[in-house]
Amino acid sequence: MLNVGKIEEGFVLDHIKAGRSLSIYDHLGLDKLDCTVAIIKNARSNKMGKKDILKVECDINMLDLDVLAYIDHSITVNVIKDGEIVDKKDLVLPRQIKNVIHCHNPRCITSIEQELPHIFYLADPAREIYRCKYCEEKYTEHSKKRK
Amino acid sequence: MRHLMNPLDFTTQELDRLFDLAGDIEHNMEKYAHACDGLILATCFYEPSTRTRLSFESAMTRLGGRVIGFSDAGSSSASKGESVSDTIRVVSCYADICAMRHPKEGAPMVAMEHSRIPVINAGDGGHQHPTQTLTDLLTIRSLKGSLGGFTIGLCGDLKFGRTAHSLIHALMRYEDIRFLFISPEELRVPDYITEILKSKKIPYEEITSLEDAMPRLDLLYMTRVQKERFFNEEDYIRLKDFYILDTAKMELARPDMLVLHPLPRVNEISVEVDSDPRAAYFKQVQYGVYVRMALILTLLELA
Repeated sequence: MLNVGKIEEGFVLDHIKAGRSLSIYDHLGLDKLDCTVAIIKNARSNKMGKKDILKVECDINMLDLDVLAYIDHSITVNVIKDGEIVDKKDLVLPRQIKNVIHCHNPRCITSIEQELPHIFYLADPAREIYRCKYCEEKYTEHSKKRK
Repeated sequence: MRHLMNPLDFTTQELDRLFDLAGDIEHNMEKYAHACDGLILATCFYEPSTRTRLSFESAMTRLGGRVIGFSDAGSSSASKGESVSDTIRVVSCYADICAMRHPKEGAPMVAMEHSRIPVINAGDGGHQHPTQTLTDLLTIRSLKGSLGGFTIGLCGDLKFGRTAHSLIHALMRYEDIRFLFISPEELRVPDYITEILKSKKIPYEEITSLEDAMPRLDLLYMTRVQKERFFNEEDYIRLKDFYILDTAKMELARPDMLVLHPLPRVNEISVEVDSDPRAAYFKQVQYGVYVRMALILTLLELA
């Protein structure tokens, strides 16, 4: 078993579906931050068989983790301070997500104006339905897989 | 600064004020003849349109203002690859208000985000066409006396028909309205609209037979099956003449039912229906000018 040392301040994102940690790394914009990140792929898990884990050493106010709620509800977010877990963050569906999924409607303005961000708003929180800000095209679980 | 992207951008109270103003314009046209002296409307039309563009031009001209613009993408900088956001930044320097039509859904919203002047969505793809909706609402209010307490049938292309989408959104806010959606299976109302109707508990039915619907309607809103919305020519040819309103079908309707149509029509309303007093689609065109005049005055904060 591979051992990765504990962090002093930051987050441990646990129970990530095996193989998805790099995608989450991208969505959180970790490539742009000057912080220490450990990506653990295919760790053994009693609950999941295999899972990924991300350890991010950073100021705990630095990351917007709401996007995780859209990507995967089952991720556990442990908030670390002084080397200890001080909180387990509840993931709340973000009211708006930017450049996480792309609008696939060929009639949408985003299909021709390349510089436009792909922005989706939460149209129906109960059913977790997001719609394109510009054309109102619906995006559901099926669409996420198309990204 | 206000814009108009969607019929829901105005509250029902604001719409009442707009329609009252349109009514005053209808009866006192000379009072408004110089209301927009020295002001310029830019009509940025990236796809062909005769009626909507001329209606805007007529409205601004009747208010004493002037009009500049282009009437298809080929004669604009879009043909050189200019983005909508750049175009509106430029147009903001030339004009005081802009009406934009674009084949891509959401294009006027992009313009709004980068504009220094009010932007009016004059139709974006199959998405929204709010000024047609304002026209439809003013026509119904003027000819039926109120916006509520009726059964309205929308017939034809309800999948891509933006006029139908916008009208449904707008009517949802009034009391006691029942919808009958009359279309072939392939051209049903998009699910995002039926989801809202369900959540608001607004009664609606989806049916295919226009004959069955006729006796139940207080208003019939006919739409054209638009060739430009289809990627497949075969589908268009198969569906284009699915509904034809003729005198035989009109005989099934109530004596006070009204027929509306956003125009242009092709075959979906037979010309023999034009002389029926219930045919209101040419009156609708006139109301379109009044409501656009009222809208321009409102967005320019001159009303």
